[in-house]
Amino acid sequence: MTALPDTSAVGQKKLGLVIDLDICVGCQACAVSCKEWNTQGYSAPLIDDDPYGANPMGPWLNRVHAYEAGEGVDAQVVHFPRSCLHCEQPACVTVCPTGASYKRAEDGIVLVNPDTCIGCKLCSWACPYGAREYDHNHGVMKKCTLCVDRIYNEHFEAEDRVPACVRACPTGARHFGDLGDETSDIAKLVKQREGYDLLPEMNYKPVNKYLPPRARRDKAGTHPAVASLTPRATSGRTGSLAERFFRWVDDKLSG
Amino acid sequence: MHPAYSVILFTTSSGAGYGLLALIGLAGATHGAASSIEFAITTLVVALGLISVGLLSSTFHLGHPERAWRAFSQWRSSWLSREGIVAVATFVPALLFAYSWTFSNQAVALWGILSAVMCAATVYCTGMIYASLPTIRQWRHPLVVPVYLVFALATGATLLLALAHVFARGQLIQVIFSAAGLASALVLKLVYWRSIDSTKPSYTIEQATGIGHLGAVRQLELPHTAQNYLMQEMGYRIGRKHAEKLRRIVVLSLTGGLLFCLLTLVLPSALATAAAILAVLWAAIGAVTERWLFFAEAEHVVNLYYGKPAA
Repeated sequence: MTALPDTSAVGQKKLGLVIDLDICVGCQACAVSCKEWNTQGYSAPLIDDDPYGANPMGPWLNRVHAYEAGEGVDAQVVHFPRSCLHCEQPACVTVCPTGASYKRAEDGIVLVNPDTCIGCKLCSWACPYGAREYDHNHGVMKKCTLCVDRIYNEHFEAEDRVPACVRACPTGARHFGDLGDETSDIAKLVKQREGYDLLPEMNYKPVNKYLPPRARRDKAGTHPAVASLTPRATSGRTGSLAERFFRWVDDKLSG
Repeated sequence: MHPAYSVILFTTSSGAGYGLLALIGLAGATHGAASSIEFAITTLVVALGLISVGLLSSTFHLGHPERAWRAFSQWRSSWLSREGIVAVATFVPALLFAYSWTFSNQAVALWGILSAVMCAATVYCTGMIYASLPTIRQWRHPLVVPVYLVFALATGATLLLALAHVFARGQLIQVIFSAAGLASALVLKLVYWRSIDSTKPSYTIEQATGIGHLGAVRQLELPHTAQNYLMQEMGYRIGRKHAEKLRRIVVLSLTGGLLFCLLTLVLPSALATAAAILAVLWAAIGAVTERWLFFAEAEHVVNLYYGKPAA
C-alpha cells in the first residue's frame, strides 16, 4: 500500500545509515560490496549491460561521488556516497500507482516489490536524491534495501547483521542503526557531530544523516610543503651566487 | 527529462480525443440527438480511437505492461493511479452517450455532460502527475494543469471543426471554440515560458550536498565511468538555441492553426473543409512539439549531484 505508515510515535524504529563525510576516502568498497551482495539478494540480480566493454551500464544501489569545495590550494575534496535515504515522507512511495513501492511500518525501510512493479519509472522522477535506478532487463525499479536480507538474518554472526556497505567500509565512515531511538549510539553520534539531512527544504525528511567534514586545522597555503611549491622567480637577481648559478644552469637545461 | 515518445504520443493523442469527446458531449447535451448518424459515428470513433491509441501507447513505456491493471489500486495517494481509473471509467458514460446520441435519444444530456466532466477529470489527473512532483521546478508550476486542459480542448475543438466541415456541418460555435482554444494555448505557453525563464532555480549543488560552508562546490569525479539510468533519464539537456527554435515552431503552428480556423468562416465550403483539415495539422504539430519541449526543458533536482550548479 502506497499510503505511508504513521511514524510519528516517540521511539518509532527508523533504521538507517549515517555517513561520515570527514572520514570517507572514496575507495568505492561500499559501492562494490553493495553490488556484490544485492546481485544475489532481494530483487536480484543487478545485471549490467556490456559489463566488460567500453560502456558498462546497469543498476547500482550505492554511488560514491567526489566533490571539490572552496578555491585554490585551500579547496577540499569531499567523497560523497549517495544511496536511498529511507525518507519519512518519501514521495517515491506515494506516487507509485501499484503499491509496489512501500515503506515498512515496523522499521521504516523503503522497498520495491519486484513482483508487482510495472516499471513506470514515476518513483525515480519523484526522488530528488537519485536513489532509484531502473533495471530494463527486469522491467522493474531497483533501490537500496538497507540489506533487509542481512540485517535480520540470524544465520549470520552479529557483526555481519549490518548492510553490506557498512561491513565493507575500511575506514568506519558508514554507521547503521536505529535513528528513532535517541539513546542509540548512532543517534548520539548524529547529535554530537551535528549530522544533517540532504535537501531538508524538500521536506522528504530523510532518515539517513550525513556528518559534515571537520574544519581544517590550518590553511593549506601556509603549510611548508605547499610554500615550497611556490613558482620559481623568473628574474635571476635574488638569492646567493650559487643559487643564481644553479638557476641559470636549470634554465639552460630546461630551455 | 528524457522525452519518451510513447508518453508524448499518449498525452497529445488522448488529450485531443478527450477534448473532442467532451465537446460532442456538450453538443449532445445542448442539441439532443445527433442530426446526422454518419457524422455522429465518425466523431465518436475518432474520439474514442484517439483515446484508446493514447492509452495503449502509454503502456508501451512500462517495464511490465501485463501488470498495468495493478495501477488501479493506489488512487488514495497516486495521481498516476487516479488517471488510470478515471481514464477507463470515462468509457462508461462515453459509450452510453454514444448510444443515446446516435440511436436511443434518451438521457443524451446526462451522458453528454457526464462524459465531458470525466474527460476534463482525466486530463486534469494527467497534468497533476507532473504538477505534483516537487523535484522538477518547470513542472511544479501553476500553469501546467491549465496547459494540459487547454491543449486538450484546443486540439479537440479543431478536430471537431474539421469533421463538421467534412460532413457539411460547419458552425460558428465550432470556430469560436477552436480559435479561442488555440489562442488560449498560445497565451498560456508564452506566459509559462516567460515564468520558467525568469524564476531562479530552486536548489543549488551546495544545498544538495550540504557542504557549501566549505566554499563553492563542483563535481570532481563521477561515481561511474559510463552513463547510468539517472543521467539518461533525468540528465537530458536541450540547448538554449535549440529550445528557442522549437518554441518558435510551437508559436507558429498554433498561430497557423488559429488562422486556418478563422479562414473557414470566409472561404467557400470545399476550401473551408481544406482549411479546417490544415488547422488540425498545424494544431497537432504545435501540440506534439509543445509536449516534447515540456519534457526536454524540465530540469530534475538529481542533476545537482551530477555537477549541475543549480536546478
